[in-house]
Amino acid sequence: MTINEPSKNIAIIQYNAGNIRSVLFALERLGIQAMVTDSHEQIKEASHVIFPGVGEASSAMTYLKERGLDKLIISLRQPFLGICLGMQLMCKYSEEGDTRCLGIFDANVSLFKGEQKVPQMGWNTISNLKTSLFNGIDENSWQYFVHSYAADLGEHTIAITDYIVPFSAALHRDNFYGVQFHPEKSGEAGARILENFIQL
Amino acid sequence: MPLAKRIIPCLDIKDGQTVKGVNFVDLKTIGDPVELAARYAEEGADELVLLDIMATHEGRKTFAALVKRVAKELNIPFTVGGGISAPADVGLLLEAGADKVSVNSAAFRSPSLLSDLASLFGRQCIVLAVDVRLDEQGWQVYLNGGRMPTGKPCIDWVLEGVERGAGEVLLTSMSHDGTRDGFAIELTSQVSSAVNVPVIASGGAGNLQHFADVFQAGQADAALAASVFHSGEIPIQQLKTFLRNQSIHIR
Repeated sequence: MTINEPSKNIAIIQYNAGNIRSVLFALERLGIQAMVTDSHEQIKEASHVIFPGVGEASSAMTYLKERGLDKLIISLRQPFLGICLGMQLMCKYSEEGDTRCLGIFDANVSLFKGEQKVPQMGWNTISNLKTSLFNGIDENSWQYFVHSYAADLGEHTIAITDYIVPFSAALHRDNFYGVQFHPEKSGEAGARILENFIQL
Repeated sequence: MPLAKRIIPCLDIKDGQTVKGVNFVDLKTIGDPVELAARYAEEGADELVLLDIMATHEGRKTFAALVKRVAKELNIPFTVGGGISAPADVGLLLEAGADKVSVNSAAFRSPSLLSDLASLFGRQCIVLAVDVRLDEQGWQVYLNGGRMPTGKPCIDWVLEGVERGAGEVLLTSMSHDGTRDGFAIELTSQVSSAVNVPVIASGGAGNLQHFADVFQAGQADAALAASVFHSGEIPIQQLKTFLRNQSIHIR
């Protein structure tokens, strides 16, 4: 499906974490040209902001703070989507690098501890789906995950996945959304979630 | 819940085309990798691997351009590999849109490459590809596409590679590759239970039951094959239905 709305002005926050290219490509497949930027002005003016990331929490937070992006992000009022590390950085605290994060979601991020293989790398299901981010998405639909740390369950949880323990596969508060999985790599169901976000 | 077992078609790439041969000889052209990749994704493949089998220095940019075309089209993860010997190679391929890269001979010759790559790019995107063959000394690591014996036992190298930073192991039995007699079950099981990262079994897929065997007895996290998918002998949907009916956890 293609979204033809020239009014959509999507900013992808550029910082020292990879994975930005695949988000750009996924949006292109939906017919959307996004801009990759760390400009405060461009991010503020965007209709939607995406905060992707694969990387390490403490160095990512340091990078954001050095550029004032931490304060900017929490001040934003347009629909905002963190993906993977992006979502984890929106939580209160991450065990990775003993990192105080942005504190948008009332959740803590900790390392998977158990017998199973870490990182969780592959396809798992999401359930207890809430909010319009999951419009048209079936309970227990499959999403692609790659992560060693996970956010605990709480009042902001809008999707649950079980790997070693049940954890927040997605979080929501006000205009802020976060997903632990990679919608940009999760086939049709992932594309639909990105599309739902753009429609917010 | 455990993760779904992954089905991974592998595309061997030469001069921008998908090719297939047995043990890297007698290569036949199969077709456009971008079209094939998209078709496999549509049919339910969980992931893809693209290998630059010539892996020449001159061909590197052509391969990166192809990786970018595939990344634009594909909505599932994919790994690329072939002749990767330096962080710059990896940077180029990840920048082109690959999700993971696999390293093989260069990592064996210089194991610190794995730690360097893991710290630069994160271990989740570094796949250690290991080609092994069963000989008088047991399962032994081979280099250069399975042509050069190293004398190193498979399990020793896998353990060291994971310790140094590999986030996944792509284990190819050259003794089984091209035979269509089934995967190296015991070897896969031994490697999979020895490491705390996912193991992709490769080499020997010939029928549906071979996949069930490598997931159950072999404890593989993923199974990779090429010719049975390229030829259409094993349609991915049919394979997944078969595995589901055997109570194997499949997407």
